[in-house]
Amino acid sequence: MRVTALIERDLRLAYRRRGELVTPVIFFVIVTTLFPLALSPEPALLRSLAPGVIWVAALLAGLIGQDSLFKSDYEDGSLELMLLSPIPLEWMVLLRVFTHWLVTGLPLVILSSLMALLLNYPTNAMGVLVMSLLLGTPVLSFLGAVGAGLTVGLRRGGMLLPILVLPLSVPVLIFGAAAAGRAALGDPAAAPLYFLGAMLMLALTLAPFAIAGGLRVSLES
Amino acid sequence: MYEPAASQALSAHNLAIWRGERCLCRDLSFQLSAGEALQVQGENGAGKTTLIRVLTGLGRADEGEVRWRGEPLRRSGAEYRACLAYLGHSNGVKLGLSPRENLAAFCALLALPDSGAVDDVKGVLGRVGLSAQADIPCGMLSMGQRRRAALARLLLARVRLWFLDEPLASLDVSGVALLTEMLKAHLAGGGLAVFASHQLLDLGPFPVKAVALGLAA
Repeated sequence: MRVTALIERDLRLAYRRRGELVTPVIFFVIVTTLFPLALSPEPALLRSLAPGVIWVAALLAGLIGQDSLFKSDYEDGSLELMLLSPIPLEWMVLLRVFTHWLVTGLPLVILSSLMALLLNYPTNAMGVLVMSLLLGTPVLSFLGAVGAGLTVGLRRGGMLLPILVLPLSVPVLIFGAAAAGRAALGDPAAAPLYFLGAMLMLALTLAPFAIAGGLRVSLES
Repeated sequence: MYEPAASQALSAHNLAIWRGERCLCRDLSFQLSAGEALQVQGENGAGKTTLIRVLTGLGRADEGEVRWRGEPLRRSGAEYRACLAYLGHSNGVKLGLSPRENLAAFCALLALPDSGAVDDVKGVLGRVGLSAQADIPCGMLSMGQRRRAALARLLLARVRLWFLDEPLASLDVSGVALLTEMLKAHLAGGGLAVFASHQLLDLGPFPVKAVALGLAA
């Protein structure tokens, strides 16, 4: 079996709809720039706010487009074909979340260092911030995919999704922002990063089963 | 085309399917052997789609069971899925991709070996009459052409069991002829087909069994 063919298909589809992919990125930029405007442009304050702002903005931007993860497959019947394929659904779902993260999560991670500079985040701590996002945003993608799988059959699923997913994202947010915050103060940030890594491993191994289960239930009726 | 096997049979045993408070069928049993077709009949809303989904394993029956080669579906899982092709109401065709790209991705879904897949796709597209449209995004094709791209999937899959839900939808006269010819070739090769349709298909010498829904309620 050529795994790459499925990734290739998803990437090609993403490329043909690239206009949609820019939306979360622009949203991310706008949200991070709103904070200095609303609070105060004072460098010291921004510096202490930066990790939290970046992380909340990345979390919210990641939610955009999350409900469309399986929506078009549901509507055009491709999802039924995926369920009827001899390849395990869990495996295909894992690939799908990976490609989705590649086109939506990774741009945010790359852009975050630029936005952090804008918020006066210390450059010598940048590595930790980027690392925390690299470990944390895939977990958010997996959590979002669980919600997307469960709500794919609902007409207003897009409204329900953030309510389902955001509470589950809290641990990722706490450890992600903690890692970046500690690094900014010059404290060791290994512990929260390890926690993020552990969460990523958990998501990587357990979420595909939850996502596939949700999709099966959604398609049963 | 297929490996010879004596017990290539799909059977249903006392199926009962409920949709909420409504009973779609009760005590439904049938047996389908190699080279036979089954037509599911019934009015709109009688539950034809639901029955076909139960037979594919997408849906679940409230009572009774479906067996393939004597083995209940619950146990055969991926093995059963490797034997069947399904054409639903929706075509399962990505509108952003061309027919050729769609079929290439489908090859991956089927876990088909890589070698020869490209030639296969080309041949199959020719057979369903989409050679000239092979590289145009499906979103720009007509409904009938999209349906043909979906039919091409059946040919590509080379499996024994076909489940077709309203296969004639949006097909023109030559499309219907194409499907009839495809079905005949499939049955002649020892395949089985279950289809839901309001029209009677003339499959020549091949026996068409019928299941009528909507009488139980």
